[in-house]
Amino acid sequence: MIVYILCFILFLVGLYGLITRRNLIKIVISLSIMEFSVFLFLVIIGYIDAGVAPIVELSNQNVIYVDPLPQAMVLTAIVIGLATTAMLLAIAIRLYRKYKTFDIREINNLRG
Amino acid sequence: MKGMSIIVKKVAQLISGLIFLYGIYIITHGHLTPGGGFAGGAIIAGAYILNILAFGSDAMNLKNKEQGSSLSESLAIFIVLMLAVFALFIGSKIFFANYLPKGQLGEIISAGAIPLYNIFIGIEVAAAIITIFLALVIFKEEVKK
Amino acid sequence: MELTLSILIGFMILGAIFAIHAKDLLSAVITTGIVGYSLVIAFLLLKAPDLAIVQIVIETITLIIMVAVVLDSTREELKVKPDFKSYSNIVLSIIFAAVLLFFFVQATAELNLFGDHTLRMAEAYVDQAAEKTGSINLVTGILFDFRGYDTLGEATILFAAALGVLTVLRIKGKK
Repeated sequence: MIVYILCFILFLVGLYGLITRRNLIKIVISLSIMEFSVFLFLVIIGYIDAGVAPIVELSNQNVIYVDPLPQAMVLTAIVIGLATTAMLLAIAIRLYRKYKTFDIREINNLRG
Repeated sequence: MKGMSIIVKKVAQLISGLIFLYGIYIITHGHLTPGGGFAGGAIIAGAYILNILAFGSDAMNLKNKEQGSSLSESLAIFIVLMLAVFALFIGSKIFFANYLPKGQLGEIISAGAIPLYNIFIGIEVAAAIITIFLALVIFKEEVKK
Repeated sequence: MELTLSILIGFMILGAIFAIHAKDLLSAVITTGIVGYSLVIAFLLLKAPDLAIVQIVIETITLIIMVAVVLDSTREELKVKPDFKSYSNIVLSIIFAAVLLFFFVQATAELNLFGDHTLRMAEAYVDQAAEKTGSINLVTGILFDFRGYDTLGEATILFAAALGVLTVLRIKGKK
């Protein structure tokens, strides 16, 4: 039970960074921390005590496997996480070229 | 971006081939051991990124490479889609049906169409990551000029 | 097992807090690596070797891209004068987090205990996947057979992201 709550605290740390930081790079970091906590939570949900990794053992029939469904979904989500992070960083570096700062308030003021 | 010293270059030459081979192993044994298209594709992209970091961007013709990786990415996802659509024409009328013979459990040539999907998803992931990295490197080069 | 995992997640929380409060952007990026690589160990402890392989490679590539961006632009964290708005932001976000945590603790009462998961949907997958797909690795079998649509959508998103990066980072237009 404590593991679930710690996972959620990790998510909340990321959310706190997302709200209070003013630096684009810090915002990207906070988003990836939130991503990590969600991956960890989904995999913890599927864990079974004394289970083995979901690869069928042909010789032994009486084996408990951990839940393979969350693992398959998280596998795609990790690669999507890389793609979104790269996209955000591309936008950040482009904004830096234009405004010479990572401060989102400055970028907001200089608009128009 | 300048290249690194000759020691780093030689070690990168030796290591990157092994990493590339390991990525191919992970992809082709995706239905037998842990791993698969996603992991193997990322490992292959890692080998390529190691080469670029060691040799610097001057030594390589990056623009052509970017076009090549972008093209192979598009082709790979098209082939994945076509493999899925192809199942509609063979009997079952189900999208993403596994239409090839299953074979013996545990053999390397088994599991029907899954190894094919693994290979093309691997190419797609590797090409996408390489394209993203090359786009960033080329942007850095063009800003400096 | 639960204790080991708790210590590991506590370590990750410390790393995340340091990454958010670091004065130097390069150290913030590198500290994010603590969270990512601890996640690899957690996946190995939770019997998910596929995820561990993917995560260790993806985390390395993400770190390389982030370090390249930070070294190319600036390393210094913004100098923010603490004013009323920033303090109110911090207080509001902490209150918001506390309310969310309260509801989450209420919701965990409905979840199964750690390590006591009951297979509902996955039961059919685990029982029949090996015969139906012919793949020994159940994760691959689910990924490319039962849940093929998800994989196709994921590949499409990756394709779209690569196209987006190419579009955003183009300086001169194509003739």
